[in-house]
Amino acid sequence: MLILGLLCLPAAAGILAYLLPSRPVRLLLLTGTAGLHLVGTGCLWWATDLSTLGGWFAADALGLLVLTLLSLVFLAVAVYTIGFLAAEPLHSGRLFIGCMLGFLSAATLVALAHHLALVWVGMEATTLTLAPLVFYQRTRRSLEAVWKYLVLSSVGIALALLGTFFLAAAQVEGRPLILEDLIRTAGSLQPGLLRAAFIFLLVGYGTKMGLAPLHSWKPDTYGEAPGPVAALMAGALTGCAFLGLARATEVMVAAGQAEFIRPPLVALGLASLVIAAGFMIGQTDFKRLLAYSSVEHMGILSIALAIGGGGAYGAVLHLVGNGLIKGVMFLVAGNIVLLSRSSEASATRGLLRQAPVTGGVLLAGLFAVSGSPPFGLFISEFTILGAAFRGGLTWLAVAMLVMFAIIFVSMAKMLLGMAYGESAESRPLAETFPLVAGPLALSGLVLMLGLYIPGPLHAVLAEAARALGGGPP
Amino acid sequence: MRPLHELILLLVVLTDFWVLGTTRLSSMIRATAIQGALLATLPVALSSHPSVHILGLAAGTLLVKAFVLPYFLSRAIREAAVRREIQPLIGFTASVILGAAAVALAFAIASRLVLPGVQSDLLVPVALSTVIIGLIVLTTRNKAVTQVVGYLVLENGIYTFGMSQAERVPFLVDLGVLLDVFVGVFIMGIVVFHINREFDSLDSTRLTELRD
Repeated sequence: MLILGLLCLPAAAGILAYLLPSRPVRLLLLTGTAGLHLVGTGCLWWATDLSTLGGWFAADALGLLVLTLLSLVFLAVAVYTIGFLAAEPLHSGRLFIGCMLGFLSAATLVALAHHLALVWVGMEATTLTLAPLVFYQRTRRSLEAVWKYLVLSSVGIALALLGTFFLAAAQVEGRPLILEDLIRTAGSLQPGLLRAAFIFLLVGYGTKMGLAPLHSWKPDTYGEAPGPVAALMAGALTGCAFLGLARATEVMVAAGQAEFIRPPLVALGLASLVIAAGFMIGQTDFKRLLAYSSVEHMGILSIALAIGGGGAYGAVLHLVGNGLIKGVMFLVAGNIVLLSRSSEASATRGLLRQAPVTGGVLLAGLFAVSGSPPFGLFISEFTILGAAFRGGLTWLAVAMLVMFAIIFVSMAKMLLGMAYGESAESRPLAETFPLVAGPLALSGLVLMLGLYIPGPLHAVLAEAARALGGGPP
Repeated sequence: MRPLHELILLLVVLTDFWVLGTTRLSSMIRATAIQGALLATLPVALSSHPSVHILGLAAGTLLVKAFVLPYFLSRAIREAAVRREIQPLIGFTASVILGAAAVALAFAIASRLVLPGVQSDLLVPVALSTVIIGLIVLTTRNKAVTQVVGYLVLENGIYTFGMSQAERVPFLVDLGVLLDVFVGVFIMGIVVFHINREFDSLDSTRLTELRD
């Protein structure tokens, strides 16, 4: 019941928000639904019967983590939207809020579906519900961004559908495409078709994650989408896309194909790190910089999946930490665009004076995003690198460290320049509660992940890691 | 006599080549409409005793792929003055030859894939040919609307492949896939319309402002 409620409530609220005439009611509906969704997700952590509709939906450890990340980021973005739309009084927000709620429903479907074709349906629906939001500013640049986003994501996702059908063809017993049955009867899956299925799923969901060289839509889309939309994409949507890949990995590991999936995952992951590092040097637009940072972290996740062992635990922890901090960074980016009317880094100087909270969170975010202690991403990256060293992949760990260093320097150079320096004459930003509450709360959570991981969370992380063929370090 | 579904599959390949070889945008859209209608009859022709599920799938496919989407795409280009695909990255003759190579490749791959319970020897090679030809159209043509057509052809190929699993995939999922494709092409059509209005051209090569 609870699972069905989580799926249907946002969709119903979205339709209602589109039909209702007044903007305040719409915003109330948005934040109310986001709050209820978080409460429902919290209840799932304590619920005992986690499966419904004959195994089509279930909240297993991995799905629960992605769902929780989604719910947290969405609530922060929902609150932020109040402040964001207040800056544009003429905009009705009908389509904006309706699409956001539709996205919440679709992403919940991805997190909770255990029928792999339904996972696909949800994934494509997330692409489509966010497309009108990317085109929000109605400029030539955003038109170009939404075109690339739509075509590349849709084609990628179409290949994932082909992979899903291959997986169905590989299955000879059990209910078709139900995750539990795939894993239970993994030994009888036909290896040739299974491998073909994994390659298509990797390309498809890899495009959606933005793994290089399938990432080319990402900088354009994140660069042009409004701050809250980019926060949803980089914070929550990438988690859903990773879940698609993780589901495929679960089946492959259960079928004893862990050795087969390792080279392609490492290749795409390493390519993502190298390309992200390369394009971050000399980058002048900070939203594009953050987009490349997202490419980098997707690469880390892909490599962590390949390493297995403690790397799997690192991967799921990194998934949560990266999602939260990307939500923070893009909401902060939204504030900066409200202040400077541009996402060019050179347009912003002396942010700490003009918008102290935004500037402070930006600085903290710089260290959190690049995996410095005491933030959560330090723990996860440390775990992943440790697993690589223990697995005899020293070259890989060293390559990752070199890329981390290059990326940190590029990011620090740009973001420090924005935070300090002589500010232009522009008036300071009114940092209202909605504009700063979300970023502050989410960065608090990232800090908590670095200092203390609560018992129930550790248990769920460990269980998710075991599903991916690893375990706690 | 050859069974009906083999004839349908052969006609699907022919419509692939129609899309590849034609210069007129309206003719290209008509080809996808006919391909959609052919694909709608495929599940019925493939199964000996069509169930309600199969008939529903056929009806939904017919409605979306043969009527609504082609109609919508021709509406989107009616506003534009340009009616032909000019200067594709590779010429029309060359792309037809490339398509022939794709069919050969698809047959080679399909002969190595052993799919249990596939009703026709032609199903998998035709599906893979259509997927590859869709990708060729997507990557070698400049008009935004042609790229949408390429996406539709690609999706039709995957749909054909899915036919081998039609009995095993529940109706709800089929419906979801169909709905996603419908909305996807619908939104792409709206974007095509905006590109046309903003740039006075359906050329997606004009979209070059965003780069590093």
